[in-house]
Amino acid sequence: MNGLPNEPAIAARDLCKAYSGVDAVRGVSFDVAPGEVVGFLGPNGAGKTTTVRMISCFLPPTSGSATVYGVDVRSRPRDVKRMLGICPQEDNLDPDFDVLKNLLAYGRYFGIPGREIRARAERLLDFVQLGDRKKSAVQELSGGMKRRLVLARALLNEPRVLILDEPTTGLDPQARHAIWTRLRGLRATGVTVLLTTHYMEEAAQLCDRVIVVDHGRVLMDGSPASLVEREVGHTVVEAWNYEPTFAAFLGSLPGRLEEVGDRLYFYPAAGDHVERLLDERFPGQERLIRRATLEDVFLKLTGRALRD
Amino acid sequence: MRSTLRNLSFRALRVWQRDADVYFTTWKTEFLPPLLEPILYVLAFGLGLGQLIHHVVYNGHALGYLEFMAPGIVAVAIMFWSFFESTFASYVRMYYQKTFDAILATPLLVEDVILGELLWATSKAMIAATIMLGVLGALGLVAWPTGLWVVPIAFFGGLLFSAIGLLFTSMVKTISQFNVPMFTIIMPMFTFGGTFFPIDILPRWALAVAWCLPLTHVAFLTRSAILGDASPHLWVSAVYVVAASLALAAVALARMKRRLVP
Repeated sequence: MNGLPNEPAIAARDLCKAYSGVDAVRGVSFDVAPGEVVGFLGPNGAGKTTTVRMISCFLPPTSGSATVYGVDVRSRPRDVKRMLGICPQEDNLDPDFDVLKNLLAYGRYFGIPGREIRARAERLLDFVQLGDRKKSAVQELSGGMKRRLVLARALLNEPRVLILDEPTTGLDPQARHAIWTRLRGLRATGVTVLLTTHYMEEAAQLCDRVIVVDHGRVLMDGSPASLVEREVGHTVVEAWNYEPTFAAFLGSLPGRLEEVGDRLYFYPAAGDHVERLLDERFPGQERLIRRATLEDVFLKLTGRALRD
Repeated sequence: MRSTLRNLSFRALRVWQRDADVYFTTWKTEFLPPLLEPILYVLAFGLGLGQLIHHVVYNGHALGYLEFMAPGIVAVAIMFWSFFESTFASYVRMYYQKTFDAILATPLLVEDVILGELLWATSKAMIAATIMLGVLGALGLVAWPTGLWVVPIAFFGGLLFSAIGLLFTSMVKTISQFNVPMFTIIMPMFTFGGTFFPIDILPRWALAVAWCLPLTHVAFLTRSAILGDASPHLWVSAVYVVAASLALAAVALARMKRRLVP
């Protein structure tokens, strides 16, 4: 079909978007390989959704370019969108239609023949466990069910690239895990996925690679494990109710020390001996020694200041 | 503007089809207003006002008031149905239901969505006008076959008023702002657009204003079709309605595109 053997599924080059006087995206470049699952991470207002919406042909880039399997988003939006399955951040199911009709009407926009849409819709509703809710009104569905229906809808055109904009925001843990299970199932089919999220656990669970963005720029790009290793190391010490001498001691060790409110975070350069050292020198100190996570990376890169 | 026109495609019919599907799933209630409205008007004006005004002078001859007024309510329906659909209903789909956003995730482009909305609002005017024509025909108030001209008149008239509506949809910040065009443009046309009285009786300046209003031309065409009345000036109104509908549709498309694609 489209593209050369080693062509990236998504290629973004120096993407910029300015609107209403704000530079939302300021030169974002990245590639996503076919079959790769890539997480786009960043705080609110970092430019995640704007970037994703440029790749999905919703917003024309101010400058720069983006292609999907070699097809330019600006000159051939219809062909790009034919290859994409899009799960938007805001629920935009059609409230005028029931569950099944939502899929049937959506399939028509792709020009899929009626009988084929029906067969796919039935199969996908089973896949997202909504097979028994075909005639339900969209308004009767729970948040988790709506998200699953949006996912089924995004899969209706058998997309080569799935774009998920905060697929589990606002869901309870059960509903979130149900979505994750399905997304992991999809991975096996070889579909390429670009997802935005600010749940680090979600990124760690699902993604081969994460791209951290903030203020409209890419800060870091790599596998979750390598980013954690590179940016914060292996171990994190969290302490509370501590004396200045304790903080001073940690400060004297190789590593990075951070004081946030009443809590102390220490990221040792070499984590192996820290626990033994602290046991010897400060046996009664209230503390927690845990593995470093993507969340630590995220907070290091994007800071702790509130956004919104 | 040129790229906007180039992006128009038959795919707009998919959007039209979506709106039509919603309409026809509830057709029993949707058909009720255009069925009952003319009956109510005919009863009220025939039994009530018609007793006070026995006839009016229209186009040089005397005409029963009911015969005069009946085509006017068809013209008003063309205006109201298309204007409401492309303002309040389109706005709800665009802003509250995010229906346009969902459609734009498919191979359809913004132009397809806007054209589909315009055509659907136009279709609602045509459906209403056709039903009302049938009711008035059953009451013996329509001259055939000229009455059938109402269908193409409803197409261009409907397109004209849906384009005006969509133009405001491209501008308003909240749904209540539709009250502005409603009371500064639509209601004045409803009252002064040659619907309830022959505009010839207006003072000269008011007459000149009335002939600028789109509804005056749509009402004139509708009345001529329903009464089977050929007037030498009909072509002026026909040209006005066709040209204005196409021009306003193009402007509405461009303005809506600007709103939807920042």
